[in-house]
Amino acid sequence: MTDLSDQKIAPKVAQKSRLRVFLDSDIYYTFRRSPIAVISTIVVTILVLSAIFAPLIAPTNPFNPASLNLMNGFTPPMAPNAFTGESFILGTDDQGRDVFSTILYGMRISLFVGVAAVLFAMVLGITLGLISGYVGGWTETIIMRIADVQLTFPSILVAMLIFGIAKGVTPIEYRDQMAIWVLIIAIGLSDWVQFARVVRGATLVEKRKEYVEAARLIGRKPYAVMLRHILPNVLSPVLVIATISLALAIIAEATLSFLGVGAPPTQPSLGTLIRIGQGFLFSGEWWILLFPALTLLTLALSVNLLGDWLRDALNPRLR
Amino acid sequence: MSDAVLSIRNLSVEIPTRSGVVKPVDGVSYDISAGEILGVVGESGAGKSMAGNAVIGLLNPPAHIAQGEIWLNGTRIDALKGEAMRRLRGKEIGMVFQDPLTSLNPLLSIGDQLTETMLTHLPISRAEAGKRAVAALEEVGIPGAAERIDSYPHEFSGGMRQRVVIALALCAEPSLIIADEPTTALDVSVQAQIIALLKRLCRDRGTAVMLITHDMGVIAEAADRVAVMYAGRLAELGRVRDVLTQPQHPYTGGLMASTPLASAGKARLHQIEGAMPRLDNVPDGCPFHPRCTYAESKCRAAPAPQISQNHAACWFPLMAQKVS
Repeated sequence: MTDLSDQKIAPKVAQKSRLRVFLDSDIYYTFRRSPIAVISTIVVTILVLSAIFAPLIAPTNPFNPASLNLMNGFTPPMAPNAFTGESFILGTDDQGRDVFSTILYGMRISLFVGVAAVLFAMVLGITLGLISGYVGGWTETIIMRIADVQLTFPSILVAMLIFGIAKGVTPIEYRDQMAIWVLIIAIGLSDWVQFARVVRGATLVEKRKEYVEAARLIGRKPYAVMLRHILPNVLSPVLVIATISLALAIIAEATLSFLGVGAPPTQPSLGTLIRIGQGFLFSGEWWILLFPALTLLTLALSVNLLGDWLRDALNPRLR
Repeated sequence: MSDAVLSIRNLSVEIPTRSGVVKPVDGVSYDISAGEILGVVGESGAGKSMAGNAVIGLLNPPAHIAQGEIWLNGTRIDALKGEAMRRLRGKEIGMVFQDPLTSLNPLLSIGDQLTETMLTHLPISRAEAGKRAVAALEEVGIPGAAERIDSYPHEFSGGMRQRVVIALALCAEPSLIIADEPTTALDVSVQAQIIALLKRLCRDRGTAVMLITHDMGVIAEAADRVAVMYAGRLAELGRVRDVLTQPQHPYTGGLMASTPLASAGKARLHQIEGAMPRLDNVPDGCPFHPRCTYAESKCRAAPAPQISQNHAACWFPLMAQKVS
């Protein structure tokens, strides 16, 4: 934004680096003092990195049929297979796929769907919330009543409905490819209301402040006032909701996949893995279910705790 | 029209409410010429700010201009809409708000806010705008302007922030500044500085100023002429010296008598009995008559006379009574 710095006369006070500013900030201070925040950040970072670098970390590619050996099926964790003598850290499933590898690949899909769905919900919710808060009148009434109506349905039901409609209109041969994107849109559409409500509320507060009137007065167009002046000032609650929504979106995706309407078996997410695994629970192959479920739990819990901490840290009243 | 920068003619603002139409501004007329500071005084709810908002076109619905005309540099602006209004008011009118805490965007550096304003209205490059921003800050007396251009509002004190707001109001070279209680939120020691600054800059540039305040001291200090408002109407309009030393309207007289003076011993401060009428219940006749010690039956029956230069909106002006 500023190219003022080029022609600035050499400042008397040495400018702090951005890192220094961050390290000196209140938010970093409260972060360092909260063991829960530190631990959950470390856990989330490890999980996200291992999901991103799954192809490098995973011992096998579970979706390459050539690398699978059906003889390896149902190998328990940490024990050599009775026929081949091969050993797998978390065991294998019925088709001899390494559970550890399927979890890494599954987490990739879960995280991708979660993040993309939250981004989609955020963009949609922030846009509609800003507009209804700033413009008011009929626009606001219509948008917020739609939001209210949607809130009366459980969000998983909304997501299933959208998923079902989308599945109905896509040709069969594209269904598996489209499934991930449909999932993102379905979860995103079921989650935008939160963002819209919070942004609208914060916009109503900011709109009354004189700097917004000043911006209108100097003749900025409404969209410029909204994007440049109001939006940055309403973002901190959005950040909190986005984090908590991420945990919810990951769980929603797992739920949909568990119910069999989400990620297809060819691109299994954690939810799909849990669905596959629960079939073997009563025949004694507990590891196929347990490890994906534990991973999902850890992921959702860490993200959620991080969101909780962020909410407290950004709330001036709780300091 | 006259050569005034701003001319308000018979302006009325109305707000429709459940209990009927309320008129926070009712038939107000005044002019401000270039380089002149017009003080607008009155109690809370007298319509001073509402008239200012009507001029800049920032009346919040359902408030609207019901009648009257507003002329700015010979252009009628009260009926302008959308794009034309945006362009004109941004370029020609600057605004200094009451609270410097909220009138600057907390997340933009003051340099960004200054350049944004200039780039919106002046045909200059970004680099040029940056230079002018530094010059503008120097002009309003911010020490080390070049270093502080990238600072954020929270890094300034209240008085300094108000200086920035003044720089912001002046940087697009407007012909009119509306200052709505610019010193109310400041320390008394800083108030005088800010008023002096506003006065000097507007003199130098020939900018007309509408100075809205309830502080008679500020008016006495800064304004050339003063408009006293009561219940949405003009009570008195005239040169500051005349109005302050020889108020004609009993309300102005009351206001003057109730201004505390450090030199005024221990005598109890004068107060005007009663309160300003609710705007949905303005009495017939002269709106001030229930509180006026000089009121007679004529005041209750007939609306106060039309105001003119050196003539208050009163049937029995104070001067006349003293003479008789």
